[in-house]
Amino acid sequence: MAIKTLTIDGEQYSAQENETVLEISREHGIKIPTLCHLDGLSAFGACRLCLVEIDGSPKLQPACTTIPSEGMIIRTNSDKLQRYRRMIVELLASEGNHQCAVCVVNTYCELQNLAYDVGLIYVRFPYLFPDKSIDATHKDYVMDHNRCVLCNRCVRVCHEVEGAHVWDIAGRGIDCEIISDMHQPWGASEACTSCGKCVRVCPTGALVEKGTGVSEMHKDKDFLKYIVTARNKKEWINKVHETD
Amino acid sequence: MPKTITISPVTRIEGHAKITIQLDDNGDVQDARFHVNEFRGFEKFCEGRLLWEMPGITSRICGICPASHLITSAKAGDEILAVSIPETAENLRRLLTLAQWLQSHALSFFHLSSPDFILGFDSDPAKRNVFGLIAADKELAKRGIRLRKFGQEIIQTLGGRKIHTPWAVPGGVQDPLDAEKRDYILAGLPEAKETTVLAIDLLKKIHVKFAKEIPEFGNFRTLLVGLVSKDGGLEYYDGNLRIMDGNGNTIADQLDPHKYYDYFGEANEPWSYLKFPYYKPFDYPRGMYRVGPLARVNICDYIETPLAEAERKIFKALSGNVGVVNNSFFYHYARLIEILFAIEKIELLLRDPMTMGKNIRAEASINRSEGVGCSEAPRGVLFHQYWVNSDGMMQKVNLIIATAQNNIAMNRTVRQIAAHFIDGRKGKITEGMLNRVEAGIRCYDPCLSCSTHASGHMPMHVQIVGPENELLDEVWR
Repeated sequence: MAIKTLTIDGEQYSAQENETVLEISREHGIKIPTLCHLDGLSAFGACRLCLVEIDGSPKLQPACTTIPSEGMIIRTNSDKLQRYRRMIVELLASEGNHQCAVCVVNTYCELQNLAYDVGLIYVRFPYLFPDKSIDATHKDYVMDHNRCVLCNRCVRVCHEVEGAHVWDIAGRGIDCEIISDMHQPWGASEACTSCGKCVRVCPTGALVEKGTGVSEMHKDKDFLKYIVTARNKKEWINKVHETD
Repeated sequence: MPKTITISPVTRIEGHAKITIQLDDNGDVQDARFHVNEFRGFEKFCEGRLLWEMPGITSRICGICPASHLITSAKAGDEILAVSIPETAENLRRLLTLAQWLQSHALSFFHLSSPDFILGFDSDPAKRNVFGLIAADKELAKRGIRLRKFGQEIIQTLGGRKIHTPWAVPGGVQDPLDAEKRDYILAGLPEAKETTVLAIDLLKKIHVKFAKEIPEFGNFRTLLVGLVSKDGGLEYYDGNLRIMDGNGNTIADQLDPHKYYDYFGEANEPWSYLKFPYYKPFDYPRGMYRVGPLARVNICDYIETPLAEAERKIFKALSGNVGVVNNSFFYHYARLIEILFAIEKIELLLRDPMTMGKNIRAEASINRSEGVGCSEAPRGVLFHQYWVNSDGMMQKVNLIIATAQNNIAMNRTVRQIAAHFIDGRKGKITEGMLNRVEAGIRCYDPCLSCSTHASGHMPMHVQIVGPENELLDEVWR
């Protein structure tokens, strides 16, 4: 396997042929914020938080799906990138009804932590207050579209890991929403195995366990790493404690 | 020439309100009204949310008494789950309710009302606040602030945060109490008790100091409504409703609080966002009733803790031959008695081994479509009623808030004080006169953020307006 060399934030690194910019950066302790990315699931490039600057490219590229070419010069944390990331979180905040204070994942939410990380102290854009629904028809779980950021993690974990493919995204643009079983109520889904993987990988309070109160839903995502490792490598590792 | 005096906003209360005082051609007070000019809309925007979120959402109605909404909402949730919660959970919820009384009552007495008593109704309004109190009596102010802090610390010890803890949930509470936390609360009780006893002594001196003014501070007969225990004792978490008239006659007892809508109606007036609850058999507005400390200490047959019970007897003696203390000024006294009770009862609960149990939550799914939660918030009896669908989504929400239930009586109090202290014929209306009108409202410790289901503090602006809408006089505070 060929080894490539590249420059990230002024430092030279070497990388395996198929490694993404995000993987290489994390290997070397370079922090790039992510939201839709989750180790164990395929890269999706939906949230655009991991955008990086590449010398010679007029466009910003998502680190999670970009495989660098030899000699590439990458910047992960310029002022421009910081501005853009903050703006992305602002837009996510303004286009949903997140209401962190009364959310069941308050203090455990990845979107909330991202807001802290990118230095979001207020939202410049008018809140849209969209009229979104809640699907509480499942006996164990709830889908609250008000808090969904369309990261697609639920769709991928159900398709790639559980193999049930309950979830999809319907609609276009701002009208996109997560649907179950060709837009049937979740409780009526014949494909759903009620495994709860979608709930545990969801970064926000969109997918939660029924019966949880405010600030009560802590999602442990470690399970994904040992399931995926067991399946792909036939290695049964101990529960990992790394955070994504 | 008829005039209207407007006090807006009313200060040192929780929320936004104004008072208007109408003077007739002779300069006599013709009418006075307490207008609540906030609008919240909680009942509407909770529709569609999930039952399990309701304690957390409704606790956001208020930053002063969130724990009361939390507990009452969790109780409505218990009913919808159709569960009887574990004894430990009930003891822990009782502790939280009492801690809420303690901190809220301490705020009302020390921070909001005592500046009037210590500095005087006519003192410089710029200094007639908690900072003026610190300057005038540093030790008292420090003790008062520490007492409130202690109540909040109990809430934090139980629920993880001082304000807006989400700790009570349908079926019980989120976390048990451990020995270290119990001992921390126990260690704070002696100073809290000492401060409360000092405050009661102080208030008794205030009763003498203001003996001529007190009889005009909302002194009239109304019904009194609150929860009592099965044997008529002071109750705060559970129990049934007792309704007493202004002569001390119990006209209804052990009423099931779940049927509150059978006993109480709500009227609306175009000049206030705050509804006017009334006792249905007496119609509106004759069905005026008062809730809160004055009502609770009046209607109960006894208080289960010794120091508070001894004070209750002294309190009741203030009624003379009537059998009921009808003067709203004595809300303050009743409030301090309740702080004393809270401190004594917290100790009893903490020494009960059941409080330290680990079984704190009954798990169940949606088993009923409707549920009522009822408890005694610091300002009076509080009802939450929810209707849900089979998935646990709220279909309808009805909240009856303590402050609203005092609305008719607060308006009557404003009229009484205005009529006594304000005389338009004497020319300039002083700020001190108007402060007395406000102080009448402060007796009830109204929480307008709650009762309109915002809080804020702005300088007081008083305008005297003539019949042609011309500005005759103006006072800024």
